[in-house]
Amino acid sequence: MKTVTASKIPKNYDFRAELTSVLSHLRAFARGLCGRPDYADDLVQETMLKAWAARDSFQPGTSMRSWTFVILRNVYLSEARRNRFRGDYDPDVAEKLLSQPAGQEDGIHMGDLRSAMMRLSPERREALLLVGAGGFSYEEAADIAQCAVGTMKSRVARARRSLEEMLGNEGDKGVRAKSRAVSHTEMLADLDKVASL
Amino acid sequence: MSSTPEKPGDKSAQRKGRAKPVWAEGLRRMYDEVVEEQLPDDFVALLKKLDENGDRQ
Repeated sequence: MKTVTASKIPKNYDFRAELTSVLSHLRAFARGLCGRPDYADDLVQETMLKAWAARDSFQPGTSMRSWTFVILRNVYLSEARRNRFRGDYDPDVAEKLLSQPAGQEDGIHMGDLRSAMMRLSPERREALLLVGAGGFSYEEAADIAQCAVGTMKSRVARARRSLEEMLGNEGDKGVRAKSRAVSHTEMLADLDKVASL
Repeated sequence: MSSTPEKPGDKSAQRKGRAKPVWAEGLRRMYDEVVEEQLPDDFVALLKKLDENGDRQ
C-alpha cells in the first residue's frame, strides 16, 4: 500500500478562492458569538491563518463553511479561556455598537434582539446562530459544535424559549432593562463549561 | 406517529410546521447584514500575503 504524503488538494484547487467565499459568513458567525465587531474580525483573521496552515487537511468537495466554522469556534473558545476579552464585554457598549438606527423588525428592535442573544449562554447562542441564522441543518450544526444531534436540537429549543421569554411574545421592549443586568462572569463560566467539553 | 428524519441542508423542513416567531427573521437579518458588508481591507491583504507565501508556512 502506498503511503500518501502529498496534499489531498488537487493542484488546480483554488483554496484561496474557497476561503474567500466564506469570510463574510465567518464574520457574521464571529460577531454573533462575541458581540463585538472588532474582536470578531480578530477572530476571523486568526481563523484564516489557522485554516491556511491546515489547508492540506481540507477535503475539496466538502463544506468550506463548516470546516472554517469549526476552526473559528475553537479559536473563540481558546481565546475566551485565556480570558483575552474578560472584562472587556459591556452589554451597554455592545448594544450601542451593534444597534442599527433603522433596525426595526416586525415590532422587535434589533438592538433588543442583539442584547437578548448576548444574554443566552454561549452554547445556546452558538446553536441559534448556526441553525437559526446560518441556516445549517441540526446535523451540520452538531458537527461544528462537536456535540450530538439531540444536544443541538435541545440547545436550539432552549435558546428559542429563552429568547421568547426575554423578548416577549410581541417583542416588547422589556428586554432593555434586563439586558443591562447581564452577568459577564456567568457568561464566562458557561463558556468554560463549553470549552471543556 | 412516526418521527420525520431530518435531511442535512433541508432548511425548509426545519422552518415548516412551526409558526415563525417574530425574532427569527430578525436573527437571520442580523446575520445577513454582516454577510453583506464589504470585507475589510485587512482581510484582503492577509489573503494576498498568505497566497504569496505559498507553501512556506
